[in-house]
Amino acid sequence: MTQQTPKELKRELLKERVILATAAPVLALAVAVALTSVILLATGKNPFEPYSLMVNYVAEWPDVQVLVINQTVTYYFAALAVAIGFRMNLFNIGVEGQYRLGACIGGIVGFNLPAPGVLKMIAVIVTAMVVGALWAGIAALLKVTRGVSEVIATIMLNAIAAAIIGYLIQRDVFGHQPEGSNAINTGELPESAWFPGIPYGDYEIYGFLVIAVLCGVGYWVMLNRTRFGFDLRAAGASESAALASGVSGRKMVVIAMLASGALAGLIGMPVLLGESHTFMSDFPAGYGFTGIAIALLGRNHPLGMAFGALLWAFLDKASTTLDDNGYESEISVIMQGIIVLAVVIAYESVQRWGLKRQQQKVGAELAAAAKKNEEVAL
Amino acid sequence: MRRVTKIVVSGVATTALAFAATACGNDSGDKSSSSSNSNGKGIGLAYDVGGRGDQSFNDAAAAGFDKAKKEFDIGGTEKEPKDGESDADKVQRLTEMARQGYNPVIGVGFAYAKSIDEVAKKFPKTSFAVVDDSSLQTKNVANLVFTEEQGSYLMGVVAAKTTKTDTVGFIGGVDTPLIKKFEAGFKQGVADTNSDVTVLTEYITQMPDFKGFADPAGGKRIASGMLSKKADVIYPAAGGSGGGAFEAIKTKGDAWGLGVDSDQYKIPALSGVKEVILTSMLKNVEGSVYDFVKSVQDGKPQSGIVSADLAQDGVGYSKSNPEFVKMTETIAAVDEAKKKIADGEIKVATQPKK
Repeated sequence: MTQQTPKELKRELLKERVILATAAPVLALAVAVALTSVILLATGKNPFEPYSLMVNYVAEWPDVQVLVINQTVTYYFAALAVAIGFRMNLFNIGVEGQYRLGACIGGIVGFNLPAPGVLKMIAVIVTAMVVGALWAGIAALLKVTRGVSEVIATIMLNAIAAAIIGYLIQRDVFGHQPEGSNAINTGELPESAWFPGIPYGDYEIYGFLVIAVLCGVGYWVMLNRTRFGFDLRAAGASESAALASGVSGRKMVVIAMLASGALAGLIGMPVLLGESHTFMSDFPAGYGFTGIAIALLGRNHPLGMAFGALLWAFLDKASTTLDDNGYESEISVIMQGIIVLAVVIAYESVQRWGLKRQQQKVGAELAAAAKKNEEVAL
Repeated sequence: MRRVTKIVVSGVATTALAFAATACGNDSGDKSSSSSNSNGKGIGLAYDVGGRGDQSFNDAAAAGFDKAKKEFDIGGTEKEPKDGESDADKVQRLTEMARQGYNPVIGVGFAYAKSIDEVAKKFPKTSFAVVDDSSLQTKNVANLVFTEEQGSYLMGVVAAKTTKTDTVGFIGGVDTPLIKKFEAGFKQGVADTNSDVTVLTEYITQMPDFKGFADPAGGKRIASGMLSKKADVIYPAAGGSGGGAFEAIKTKGDAWGLGVDSDQYKIPALSGVKEVILTSMLKNVEGSVYDFVKSVQDGKPQSGIVSADLAQDGVGYSKSNPEFVKMTETIAAVDEAKKKIADGEIKVATQPKK
């Protein structure tokens, strides 16, 4: 064995860590594809055709490409919101209620605020983030003052948020019913208040794509390059250890929860400001839960989650073509389910294997060094 | 490590739940293949939440779809929405059908209004229709609407004529503008017939919770409450939840229920409680869907607002229950009201009075 300096050893360990980090999701994806193929085979269908059908479908139609990208943007915000909580060892299931309530009240404020368009738009975004943060803040407060598990509190708050939204969009409260329509919304925003999109052929990508990228970069910088990020990760890893070094766990719980809720507030914005221009009775739901899956898949890493969100959006949107080709579009739901399970198992096993390898390596190095010292002493 | 495992396990559990929930409403599928036809691939039908098999609204559209397919010997495809999807998903579904050559393309339910409008503009040669919405002005779009308030007025007449306690009940599935039309018509029918009768009103859920259309337990609970307040005729405009209300009425006895949308006396799934279903308010979604397809086949596609009202039998009432047929005086009163509405002598409000 060649002798290594501690610096080289450290670099090699880092390199290994990167490989291990990418190995897990790739492994999970491979397992998911393999298992899905087995299921297809078991039902007497071609085990590989669906994948090529989906890829070709997206490659062929620019409107579907836009659909995938737009859905990725929305999912990415959801994943980021969940991930901030995860980093502080908090499980924010309430992202769902936070973004819906934020979008609803944001839409109401934006419509009723007597201001020029751009200010309306900013008001919608700020309101949605503040409402999301406050709604998550209730759970944080309950946790630090009364020790209520944030899992329970946020689930309950989801139900309460749904009831409040139901009340707010009533016709005699803040609801509007367009002429001849049977749907209810909170009032259509004027075009000047729309968030500009990015042209893509005849279609438009959500302008929020830019905000999503900025949020991802901000998330990475905050976690890895700031004192606050260090405190957050430290407190998340061990609250007592963090407390001993002067970081208040309670404070971090509140801050992390507020940040998670504020990011959740952004989830509804691409749709509200880029597509529907109002909050309506059938505003898309369920992104909060999808965010949990993507944060798990992306391992809370900003790049990992971006890939996760893209993969999820691809499976969602491309699967519609399966119905038209003699396959069930639920194949993609099966795949998503298997990916979540596989990714957890893959992470655990890869992590354990990596740890063992590291220990062996360090052990070997130490043994070699000890032997050398012994020789010198002799 | 323990910490990670715990959080991961709960994460997986929740995600699994979320998937289970989504998967329920996700039974989409190409249920029929297209048969040969020179004129495109046939009918594209996009359902509302619930899809084929909901014993109510979607099934009525499906019946029209089946009838048209058979009669004109054309193909067709049916697609169902996913829970919580956005307009973009609806646009994709409709675009896909138009792109593959399905003509006409029909969106069942007002939720399709915006997306139909968008897609219709991109496929000017394809005919589109939306059911239950009248806000679209694009040339190749037909707005298939019904005067539910008129049909519900007739139910109000029946209720006021039949009640012995001067108390009747209205149960709405979900508090939407559409169901408010049912409420408004019913109340006006009761008030015009006998102003001494009180109408108890309750909705099962509020938007955006649409569970109220598929919640028999909720229907039963509310009906029981109304029965204990001496109501003896109840009109549940609540889709699949109505069955629960009829059960409560049957248990109590000496009370009547009024059906909605289709002739619920004849629906197999409700055969256990059919004797309490005195009559039903009929909403001819089947006929409207069929007529629209026919107009496309004839080369003269309907467009604009196509309102099926009482005068054209777009709405009406059923006479399947023999007990009801015996009530000749009530039937005479209903027919008189029907005539007056058709002649324009009675104007039925679409929003309930405060």
